[in-house]
This record gives sequence, structure tokens and C-alpha cells, in this order.
Amino acid sequence: MVAKKTPLYDEHVKLGGKIVDYAGWFLPVQYEGLIPEHEAVRNAAGLFDVSHMGEIVVKGKDALAYLQYLLTNDIASIETDQIIYTFMCYPDGGVVDDFLVYKYSEEEYLLVVNAANTDKDFKWMIDNKKDFNIIIENKSDQIGEVAIQGPKSEKILQKLTDTDLSSIKPFHFNRKVNISGIECMVSRTGYTGEDGFEVYSPAEGIVKIWNDILEAGKEDGIKPTGLGCRDTLRFEAGMPLYGNEISKDITPLEGGLKFFVKLDKEEDFIGKEALNKQWKEGLTRKVAGFELLERGIPREGYEVYKEGKKIGHVTTGYMSPTLKKSIGNALIDINEIELGNEVDVMIRNRPVKAKIISRKFLKK
Amino acid sequence: MKVVQGLYYTNDHEWLKVDGDEAYVGLSDYAQDQLGDIVYVELPEVDDEFGKEEVFSAVESVKAAADVFMPVDGKVTAVNEELLDDPALINQDPYEAWIVKIELTDKSQLDELMTSDEYEKFLDEEV
Repeated sequence: MVAKKTPLYDEHVKLGGKIVDYAGWFLPVQYEGLIPEHEAVRNAAGLFDVSHMGEIVVKGKDALAYLQYLLTNDIASIETDQIIYTFMCYPDGGVVDDFLVYKYSEEEYLLVVNAANTDKDFKWMIDNKKDFNIIIENKSDQIGEVAIQGPKSEKILQKLTDTDLSSIKPFHFNRKVNISGIECMVSRTGYTGEDGFEVYSPAEGIVKIWNDILEAGKEDGIKPTGLGCRDTLRFEAGMPLYGNEISKDITPLEGGLKFFVKLDKEEDFIGKEALNKQWKEGLTRKVAGFELLERGIPREGYEVYKEGKKIGHVTTGYMSPTLKKSIGNALIDINEIELGNEVDVMIRNRPVKAKIISRKFLKK
Repeated sequence: MKVVQGLYYTNDHEWLKVDGDEAYVGLSDYAQDQLGDIVYVELPEVDDEFGKEEVFSAVESVKAAADVFMPVDGKVTAVNEELLDDPALINQDPYEAWIVKIELTDKSQLDELMTSDEYEKFLDEEV
């Protein structure tokens, strides 16, 4: 299958983006370079094309009851115009996907899902619709989305709208924000560990919004930013990536993300029984952070050893652009996750010493 | 992409510059551009011996790790330790930032490598 182009494809090419096929989409991995783009987001602002993300709407009388059954977090705990992060699990506790849920009203919700999982998620949701009185709609192709991220985000975006953006608190959104003359939904969310906004517009309006934001942010040093730094930024901030820290084979509890799994939620939910059992019996492995004590760069998939015995593998690893250190996450034996414990990461068949540290690499 | 005259090239994008019975080996401009910002270089030890096409070094950007292959048989006589502290030298000037210097085991192997003109054509046609 040929990869799809987002409405911003031509802009990426014009800006010199290095285009790759990511999850079936032609997207820029970088423009100027991963490191300067990473630094722009930490220190000023960066603009990401995230139009590839999937948008699925659930509406109807039973929308809340259905989502409570489908998802691990407590969707009843948020108000209208508020957002919650959650997992959607299989009966065995493995993860179908992780995403944000936007509450439009008591009877209507938007799920913003991983691009690579959109079709799978949609099918899973239909397959588990049961007798709930709801409609599920995949609106992914109609919606364009950009993310402006970094400490200067509010200042820059404010130039393009009369809506007071400071009124949108973290994990909240406003569905009627006029940006560049286009009615958008704006949420104070992101995937970088920095302040910022995600702007959703009709697909045909997103090119104007993209160009206007870049122009408005010029004097504050905004840069177009690619998928490359999107991953280093989320990783430094301790955020998981589906397929790495969580997957159909790695439960949210093993991923160290129990906070988003409400085992004490009144309603039954898919995966509850298995996750409850796993928690009660005790985890056998868990994702831990580590820092290399010797030279080298840990990469996803590298094996981790303790005294010659294999104890797990690296789920994400980088030379951190912010910290200038080789750090990573590894899914390892539960007996080895203690902070300060020393393990070996195998890099090209050579054991390299590492120390277990907190996964919140970025102290803010 | 810049190709420097008078060097030999491989289709894995290493260059080799002959200096008497020895030669410098590094990565081409095309290779560094493909990798992006280089943040780490792993070097062999002096006196290590490598066969043609054997991996002797690894060069890593934030995003990717790439093996570096020996263009011909040789024994390492020097390594560029400057790269340990400043791996980005390869991005800045790939044809100055040599990785190793080797003693050539068999000079006739040089004929199997591409000339700069051939490499330029290779980049145009194959890549």
C-alpha cells in the first residue's frame, strides 16, 4: 500500500523536510536537523504536523457507559471540555491503543488515536459495541491537526486569535477558537513535556493555519519540527510510545502506568479481570529507566543482562539531546528495577554498564 | 552531495585516501547527510586487523546507528580520537574527519573500489 499524504505534504517538501513513510503516512522525520528542532521545542516553540492522528467520535445515549466498558481510565471523572488519557485493552490486559478522550458532552466524545492503530481501533470498537445505544464514526480523513509545542506556544498562537488562550487549562479544550479566520478546536495538550496546544481544523484549512503559525512565531524562533524530535521529546518527558513501552504484549501495569488504569472503577471494563489478577499476583517485569555509565547509545530491542543472565530488553533509548546523556527505558525483571541497580546493556555484543534511574528523565 | 577528487569510494559510502603504504578511511558527504546529526562514534583499537567489508566502526545519529565497513584489508595504525569528543566533525567536514588510518595489506585491492568519478555516477544512478 502506498503511504498517504497529509494536507501539509507540499509544505513539508517546500521546507526541505526529509520525508519518510511513518505508519502509512509520508511525513517529515526532520527539516533542519533533529537536535536544533528538539532544542527549539524545549526553549522556544516547534510546530508539528499531526494530521495523521486518527479521530474517532462516539456519540449517543450510552456513550459514557460504553467508554467506561471499553477503556481503563474513569471517563466519568472528567467534565465537558476536559480531556483524559487512557488505555484501551484486550481481555488479557494487553493494550489495543493509548489515547486522549475529549468530552464534548455527556453523550459525545472524541478519541484521538495513534495513526498506525486507527483502523484496528475502529474495528475493535465496532466489535465491542454490544447493545450500547451509540454511533461510532471514524472522522480521521476530515480533520487536519497541528501541534504547537514549547514555552512560547501561547504567545505565538495568541497572535492569531481573539480567544484568550490562557483560559484553556492543561488537558482542557475549546471547540470554538477562530484561528486565521477558521473555526478550530484547540486543546492544551501535547506529546513533548512542554506547554503547548493542539489545533484541530477542517482538513482544507490546515495549510493556512500551519503557515500563519510559522509566520507569527518567526521572531520567537519557532521551527517546523519533525517526527524525529517528537520521539526524543516524549521519551525525555517520560511518556510512553505504543509498541515500545506498551503493546499488545506489554500491559499498562508493566509499562509503569497504573495511574491510568482504574482497577477500582465500579463498572466492568475489558481487561479488568486480567489486570486485577496481574496486580494482585505481582508483576514479574516492569519498564524502568536507565542511564549508561560507559560510552555507547542504547537502542530499542537491545538486550539487558545482569551478571550474565538476560533480564529484558530496551524499549526506547537515545543519546538525550537535552541531557546529553545516553538514557533509555527497559522492560526488565521486576527484581532488578530498584533505583541505583547496575545492569549491562548489550551493544553490538558488548556489555555496557548502566544504572537504573527514574524514568522522569527531565526534571521540571 | 560533495565528492572529493582523488579518493577511492565504496558503495557503502566510505572513502579511502591513500598516503604511501597507508590510507585514511572515513564516511562520504552522502553518508553523513543520510545519518543526520552524528552524536556518537565507536572506534576500533590501534593494531586491530580487519578484512575488506568487515565492520570496524559504528557511527550513530540521534535516530540511527550505522556500521562502517573496511574498504580493503588493513591493520589500524591510528584512530581519530577527536571524534570521541566531537562526533559532529563528520557532519561538518566528512572528508577531513577521517575515522581510522590503516596499513594497506594488499594495494591491488584499491582497483576494486570506485574512483571519485565512478562514485559520483553511482550516486546519480543508484541512490
